[in-house]
Amino acid sequence: MPASEPVLGTAENPEITDADTADGGEVATIGSGRLILSSLVRNRLALVGLGIVVVIVLFCYLGPVFYHTNQVKVQLNLEELPPGSGHPLGTDASGYDVLGRLMLGGQSSLELGFAVAIATTVFGTLYGAFAGFVGGVVDGLMMRVIDTFLALPTIVLLLILVNLVTPTLWMIILLLAALSWLGVARLVRGEVLSLRTREFVEASKVMGGTNWRIIIRHLVPNCIGVIIVSATFTIADAILMLSTLSFLGLGLPPPHADWGSMMSDGLNYLYDGYWWLVYPPAIILITTVVAFNMIGDAIHDSLDTRVRSR
Amino acid sequence: MTTYLLRRVGQAIAVVIGVMVLTFIMIHMVPGSAARATLGLKATPGRIAIFNSVNGLNEPLIEQFFTYVKQVMHGNLGTSYSLQQPVSTLITQRLPIDLVLLGPSTVLSLLIALPLGIYQAARRNSIGDNTVTVVAFILYAMPDFFFAMLLIAIFSVQLNLLPSDVPEASSVAGILSDPKALVLPILTLTLLSIAGFSRYMRSSAIDALAQDYIRVAKAKGLSERLVLFRHVARNSMLPIITILGLAAPGIVAGAVIAEEIFNYPGMGLLFFKAATSQDFPVMLGSTLVVGVATVLGNLVADIAYSLLDPRIRYASE
Repeated sequence: MPASEPVLGTAENPEITDADTADGGEVATIGSGRLILSSLVRNRLALVGLGIVVVIVLFCYLGPVFYHTNQVKVQLNLEELPPGSGHPLGTDASGYDVLGRLMLGGQSSLELGFAVAIATTVFGTLYGAFAGFVGGVVDGLMMRVIDTFLALPTIVLLLILVNLVTPTLWMIILLLAALSWLGVARLVRGEVLSLRTREFVEASKVMGGTNWRIIIRHLVPNCIGVIIVSATFTIADAILMLSTLSFLGLGLPPPHADWGSMMSDGLNYLYDGYWWLVYPPAIILITTVVAFNMIGDAIHDSLDTRVRSR
Repeated sequence: MTTYLLRRVGQAIAVVIGVMVLTFIMIHMVPGSAARATLGLKATPGRIAIFNSVNGLNEPLIEQFFTYVKQVMHGNLGTSYSLQQPVSTLITQRLPIDLVLLGPSTVLSLLIALPLGIYQAARRNSIGDNTVTVVAFILYAMPDFFFAMLLIAIFSVQLNLLPSDVPEASSVAGILSDPKALVLPILTLTLLSIAGFSRYMRSSAIDALAQDYIRVAKAKGLSERLVLFRHVARNSMLPIITILGLAAPGIVAGAVIAEEIFNYPGMGLLFFKAATSQDFPVMLGSTLVVGVATVLGNLVADIAYSLLDPRIRYASE
């Protein structure tokens, strides 16, 4: 075990894991996928989180099938109607139905969150696994790159980067992913550092496995828990960061809608009493972010052998 | 220990150089010229050419970078394009003002978050723990800007209790002239960072509770209060030192948004205004200062951690 750096994280401490496995604990007998699933079912908060995510996904994707609204044509004669018959949550400054817009905006918020999480996870995992597996000078250099990015506040980097590009959906996804992969890369590297000396890696090497084969077939699957945890947090963070961008006027331009842009548009009317333009998108955005965090937290706990064994 | 220190300092230097390269590359990729941003859209090509040559913008990028590094070493961060003042003056003016905001809010949030985390760990999975967890999650999930605007809507607009704007001032005394105006910005940053800190403290205290020395303390018949405050608190607070180092950029990030909303004249507002007017020297300067401060903070945190926790011995392998 490389004793050069303080091991802070919980699931990262290989000694603990070794001891538990030797005790014949659950770790040895149950696959990590099933372990995660079973602990999700046991954890009340995680179940609630999962339930919320399912409901919100259904609301955004099935909702428009049953609840038809005009989200294309600006109708100024319908602007800023308070909630009432025909418009359960009122209308906004362009005459769009707020409830219908929540569904539409939710689709792009969720899709963006997932897209960023996927891009982040793939790149961050490979980066971290490679650095940890290769070690030495290469690892040192690769980690200093991460440290450099981590030393600067995300918002500062984002403010600079957003000035560089036209904010299309793909650009925003790319930008958010470019700023989000650092965490997962560090975590995966930490895991790989402790895994690379294990027998199964040695065995694969002896059998002539290439570096990339060992990384992808053996090391990455063993880090799946850490990877899933950080992916769920990334979804939540991406949705939040997009909303901050919208607030700073650097988000996706209209007619695009997402919860963040609805929220920051609505804030302009907060002091005029048009509460239905602010609180519905705020509540659904916050609820979604909370739900993803609860799921991530529960999986994190389930991977922490010390917490579980008590 | 010495080997570790040397290596750690070496890493810090590498990261500082990385920060400089990174900000330099990014800022020089910004489209639209600095000359236009400063001189206005009606500037003649002649004036733009003069501006570019005076500010060294015609030199090759590599040379501009080395000139910049040389200047930084001499404490010269350039002159702001839009404010016509040395960047170092602007930053030294703003830093103490930022301490008035960041100091109290960080201390307050730690004072609240640490006991809260210990309570949660001691009563794990109780209704109290779950309630605090949910509240922390909600606070964490609130976009910074929304939370600040919500506080303004409640305390400034509805109740008319507190001002929503900090006085326009360029000194600490000026900021303190209206203490009531500081309440909302400090409250915003405090509540936002409680969420994160209390989560870390909870998991750190859970780790501590599982240790043998806690079992020994309990077996000796110590009251739960004593066990929690004397043994759990002290041991679980150690990792928070590292977290505090790592949280520095996040605190600054929160400050950018909060300062923008409350019009608080700190580094965050300085950076925000520079970013919207493409004021390169200010952007470079403040990003550099924040980056270097973070790197130093992490370095100090790591060293403090190794000194405070005798279990950690940095063997040189």
